[in-house]
Amino acid sequence: MTKVYCIGCGLVTPVGNTPAEVLAAVRAGKTAFRQYEGWPEPYYASLLDRSGFEGPSFFDHIVLQAAQAAVQEAGIDASSARVGLVLSTIKANIDKIDSEDVSLAAAAETLAKSLGVTTAPVVVSNACISGLAALLQGVRMIRSGEFDHVIVAGAEVQSRFIVTGFQSLKALSLNPCKPFDADREGLNVGEASAAIVLSAHADRPSWEIVDGAVRNDANHISGPSRTGEGSYNALRYVLEGVKADELAFVNVHGTATRYNDQMEAIALNRAGLQDVPVNALKGIFGHTMGAAGILESIVSMQACDAGIVLPTQGFSRMGVEPAVNVSAQERKTDKQAFVKLLSGFGGVNGALLFRKGGAR
Amino acid sequence: MKQVSIPSGASLTALYREWVGDYPKFFKMDTLSKLGFLLTEMLVHDEPDRFTFREDRAVLVFSREGCIANDRHYAESMQDFPSPALFVYTLPNIVSGEISIRNKWGGESSAFVLESYDEARIWALVRQAFQDKCTQSALVAWMDCKSDTEWVTNAWLVDKTDML
Repeated sequence: MTKVYCIGCGLVTPVGNTPAEVLAAVRAGKTAFRQYEGWPEPYYASLLDRSGFEGPSFFDHIVLQAAQAAVQEAGIDASSARVGLVLSTIKANIDKIDSEDVSLAAAAETLAKSLGVTTAPVVVSNACISGLAALLQGVRMIRSGEFDHVIVAGAEVQSRFIVTGFQSLKALSLNPCKPFDADREGLNVGEASAAIVLSAHADRPSWEIVDGAVRNDANHISGPSRTGEGSYNALRYVLEGVKADELAFVNVHGTATRYNDQMEAIALNRAGLQDVPVNALKGIFGHTMGAAGILESIVSMQACDAGIVLPTQGFSRMGVEPAVNVSAQERKTDKQAFVKLLSGFGGVNGALLFRKGGAR
Repeated sequence: MKQVSIPSGASLTALYREWVGDYPKFFKMDTLSKLGFLLTEMLVHDEPDRFTFREDRAVLVFSREGCIANDRHYAESMQDFPSPALFVYTLPNIVSGEISIRNKWGGESSAFVLESYDEARIWALVRQAFQDKCTQSALVAWMDCKSDTEWVTNAWLVDKTDML
C-alpha cells in the first residue's frame, strides 16, 4: 500500500501561527480564553483577533492562510492536475445564511481558486471528526493513484449560530474547560485553521499517516455510546498489529463534557490502552470543530518530534472510570508513533495512526 | 446494484406509512434525515438479518446543499428561542447517523459536499471509501434538499464487487 506522508503544515490559532510557536504556547500553557458577550447569554471562548481584517469572509481568509503556509512548506505546485484539495468544516460561512456564499461547496471553490488548485475540491463535513475524516480522505485519494499530493485544510469561526446552539444543548462551560477532570462541566468553543499537505513522497524523514477509520456508534445522534462502541471499533481497526507500548500517546477528543470523556475512557480501556499516555488539547484551543482534527494532529507531530507528551491543560483530578493515563504535567517520550482520536454528533468516531517514517 | 429515488415534493409521511410505520422517531427528523431514512428502507427492507449489528457496511452521503433547509429553521428559532431539537440536525452527517442507528450499522459513516451532482466523482469517492478493509458494501446517497418541499435524491446499495 502506498505510504502517505505529511510534508507541509500550516496553522492559524489565537496562540500562534507557526507549528513551532504553537508548540511553545501549548508547553507554556498559554491560552487566549476569555468571556465574550453573547446573544444574550455570555460565552467563554478562544477566538482569533479580527482587528484590521476587512474582507468578505474571515473564514475564507484564515483557511487560505493555513493552506498557503502548508503548500509553501511542502514546496508543491498547487495548480498541478495531480494535486487534490479536501476542505474540513462544519459551518464555514454560516453567518451568511441568507446568501449563496453560505454553502460549504462555495467555501471550497473559493479556497481552490485562491490556492490555484485546478482539480475539483471535496468537503468532508462529518461533525466534530471532520478534520480527521478529511485527512483520511486525503490519504485515500493518494492511495487511489490519482493524486501525488493532497492539501487538507480545515477551519471554523464561531458565530451566533454555533454558540447559541451549544448553549441550547447546555454543553458549554463558562469557565476554562477541564478535560477528564472530576469537576469538568462542559466545553469551550474555539477558532482556528489548520492545513496539512499529504504526499506519496517525502525527501526527508516525515510523519506518515499509516491508516485511519471512521466508525458509527449506531446508538444516538447527539450522545456518545455508553460502551464507546464506535471509538473502540475505530481504535481496533487502526491498531491491528500495533503494540500499545509502541505508542507515545493517544491524543484524544477530550471536549470536557461529562459524556464524551467518559465514553473515550471506556473505549481506550477496551482497546487495551489504559497505560498509554493520553492527552487532550481543548484546554488550550477550545473545541475548534472543523479545524480540530488537523490542528491537534499537527501539534501532536511537533510534540512527538520534541520527545514530549504534552500536558492536558485543565485536568487535575481523575474524573473518568475506568481511569486513563492522563496528566497535567509534560512527560518525556522516545516513541515515534501516536493515535489521534475524535468523536462527534451523528454517532461518528474516528482514529488515525501516525508514525515517523524514513525518506522515500 | 439497486437504485431508488424519491420525487421532489412527495409526501414523506405517506412513504413512511407505506414502508415503515413503526419508528416514531422518524417524525422528529429534519427533511434531509427523513429522505435518507426512507431511501435506505426502500433499498434494504427485504434484506435478511436486518437490525443485527454490522460493521462491514458504510453509509456515504453526498450533496451540494448539506443541511441548509434545517439550518434556516434553526437560524429562525435562534432569533427568538434557540431550539436544541433543530440545532442537532444542523450537520450534514446527522442523516448518515440516523441511518446507522435505525439499521445498527457500525461501519463508516461520512458526509461529503460537492460542487454539483457528478456521478463520476461520487463513484470515485465511493471506490476510495472501499479502501477500508472492513467495508464490504455501502449505502450511497446523493440528497440535495433545498427546502422541505424541494429536493433531488438518488440512492444506491453497492457491494465491493460492484466497484472492482
